[in-house]
Amino acid sequence: MLETGFFYLFGGLAVLSALGVIISNNTMYSVMWLILCFFNASGLFFLLDAEFLGVVLVLIYVGAVMVLFMFVIMMLEVNRAVKREGWLQYLPVGGMIALILFIELVAASTSGIFGSEKMAMMAHYGSEVNNTVEIGKVLYTEFLLGFEIAAIILLVALVGAIVLTIRERKDAKYQNISEQVKVRKEERLRKVSM
Amino acid sequence: MVPLSDFLVVGAALFSIGIVGLFLNRKNVITILMCIELMLLAVNINFTAFSHFLGNLDGQIMVFFVLTVAAAEVAVGLAILVAYYRQRRSIAVEDINTLQG
Repeated sequence: MLETGFFYLFGGLAVLSALGVIISNNTMYSVMWLILCFFNASGLFFLLDAEFLGVVLVLIYVGAVMVLFMFVIMMLEVNRAVKREGWLQYLPVGGMIALILFIELVAASTSGIFGSEKMAMMAHYGSEVNNTVEIGKVLYTEFLLGFEIAAIILLVALVGAIVLTIRERKDAKYQNISEQVKVRKEERLRKVSM
Repeated sequence: MVPLSDFLVVGAALFSIGIVGLFLNRKNVITILMCIELMLLAVNINFTAFSHFLGNLDGQIMVFFVLTVAAAEVAVGLAILVAYYRQRRSIAVEDINTLQG
């Protein structure tokens, strides 16, 4: 009973805060709503015995990605700059597409195919099952290739973001490392006879 | 235990809201990126729900990979935005059409 209550709390708040993301006029408020949404989704993950993913969601999304969003919004000063003109013009078609999709998805998921009696797992795992250990066992054996590819994707994104945003200043003095390494003694040292 | 279909309904609602947000906020690139994050979150909830109810961890591994790709996508997308803002002093979507020639 308590669990059902928590499910409705987390799920309802997640949906409401998602609505806040798309409705609020200020981009910064959208980020705040999205943070609330991620916290509630993390709660849903905890209800599903996925503790590791719940913690990772808070750490990565709330702690890193949303902070990055905030930095960019504050740096670009787009808080008030982008006004939403003519957004009602897109509401009918967008709302209709989303409504049809939502009705279809709900009809599919409540049709009984995914009923609890057909599922392998009905109850929660006991405290002897450690979600992090289980994920680690699978991740480093069966999915090792995917793990390595994910690491490479992150590296490429890191390098790409730096290359895109780096800016050479004309007035600042930079080290030229190849010049430094190539320098010979004769270029710097001058013998004078006293 | 909350049944699987309830989690799927939450995921469907989040995904639909993300799509509506894409249509409503098409002037604002940052909000578009946030709506994409919402849709990825909905997918993650579905993955985790199925993973739990099928008693199989593969879904949670997929969530892990989706998180990785989403983080990389946000980093590169925001870097492109910053680079574009330096060039043009604006990130309005209707101004980003110089490649049309």
